[in-house]
Amino acid sequence: MNAQNAMVYVEDVHKKFGHLEVLRGITLEVQKGQTIVIIGPSGSGKSTLLRCINHLEKVDSGRIYLEGHLVGYKEVNGRLVELPPKAVARQRAEIGMVFQRFNLFSHMTALENVIEAPIHVRGVPKKQAIEEGLSLLSKVGLADKANSYPSQLSGGQQQRVAIARALAMHPKVMLFDEPTSALDPELVGEVLTVMENLAYEGMTMIVVTHEMGFAREVADEVVFMDHGVILEQGKPEDIFSNPQHERTRTFLRAIL
Amino acid sequence: MNFDPAIFWEYLFHPSIVRGAELTIFLSVVSQLLGILLGLVAALGRISHSRIPVFRWISGFYIWLFRGTPLLVQIIFVYFAIPQLTNQRVVIPEVPSAIIALSLNEGAYMAEIIRAGILSVEGGQMEAALSLGMTRWLAMRRIILPQAIRIIIPPTGNEFISMLKNTSLVAVISAHELLFATQEIYSATFRYFELLTIASLWYLAMTTVASYLQGKLERRFERGFVREPQAVGFFGRMMAGALRRG
Repeated sequence: MNAQNAMVYVEDVHKKFGHLEVLRGITLEVQKGQTIVIIGPSGSGKSTLLRCINHLEKVDSGRIYLEGHLVGYKEVNGRLVELPPKAVARQRAEIGMVFQRFNLFSHMTALENVIEAPIHVRGVPKKQAIEEGLSLLSKVGLADKANSYPSQLSGGQQQRVAIARALAMHPKVMLFDEPTSALDPELVGEVLTVMENLAYEGMTMIVVTHEMGFAREVADEVVFMDHGVILEQGKPEDIFSNPQHERTRTFLRAIL
Repeated sequence: MNFDPAIFWEYLFHPSIVRGAELTIFLSVVSQLLGILLGLVAALGRISHSRIPVFRWISGFYIWLFRGTPLLVQIIFVYFAIPQLTNQRVVIPEVPSAIIALSLNEGAYMAEIIRAGILSVEGGQMEAALSLGMTRWLAMRRIILPQAIRIIIPPTGNEFISMLKNTSLVAVISAHELLFATQEIYSATFRYFELLTIASLWYLAMTTVASYLQGKLERRFERGFVREPQAVGFFGRMMAGALRRG
């Protein structure tokens, strides 16, 4: 099994909300440095899958591994037992997440947002956290906005701060949950550029998006999800020019 | 008309009245602070995610009990009923009795105010904090509560103003607060009008200062949030505050 070598290995994950089965047996392998783009109609379970990977949602069955370690659970006599909150928190610190609605801390400046977790979760000295935070902010092109509050920033700027905030924890993998869906069209580009650079630097990324240009250019692999299963998976050129599945064809026709 | 200005001026700053006002302020501040503390614990209990529902039950019971019975009954209960129940082994003096009853009662109301404040913070804030590796408690302390405070302050200001007035109820257990001091004097002089006017002016002075302080606190916790246009001047702000509350 490749589970030990993969950065993220999702194995036959099932998840129900009430009677609705949102994930119906997902298996996915992400190697270190890969960028995986997940596409699919809304309600297909893409976001839920991301939220299971950092254990914001519990799984009903199946397993998720980060570098070979179970995420959110330990195995006792073949059964999954949820880890105590502190242990889950330690694992989440290794997994960066960027949300559709940015979710910057409204009462903190951009810089304070970025240094909050390094200082209070990792115990990084404040001076060092600030230095690193400022360099992350300039990396996403926002050095001059360090002292601005989220309410004073555009959506694109907020999302770039959110990316810097996640990067400040030196995550092993970054999850992007429709990072540009809440943005005005003219602001999408600046966020995608930051993500593209991250991918080229070798960050492991799992990206849920409707930006097919980004998928085509940056993804090592594109995954098409529908109704809680992975219908198709492959190189972007194969998925986009030669989709095997009728549903993939319909979806791509509608969105392109 | 039978209003004697001489009596009025004689008693307006009478040492007994001033001492009464001092105790009123002391009772109000201490009970309000304890009430906020109790309220915070009860609010966190009510929204606890713990799989053991005991915290939710205890908090729910506490709020139900102290919000559902009259404050006056609670005051008399602590002062008279507890000694009887314990055959006079536990006798609590007036001032501590007053503080116990006032803060337990206040805590039940503050619990709901604080809970509403916490719930008003967008759910995404907690998720973002968790995703960065914070525990629920750290996220509550660093991310949620600092934002909830903005919502919590205005109704807490209301609570404190009510508290200043509600302390007059502890006159029934002979705690020497402002109303009791007033009563002592008018039962000897029969000058009800003058003395009750004096008491009212003192209460008005205290509640006015309290609402001024509330305004200052509100402005301190607006960090990062867009400010509403401000009404001009102190009375303008008071009117705006009254309209908002109305």
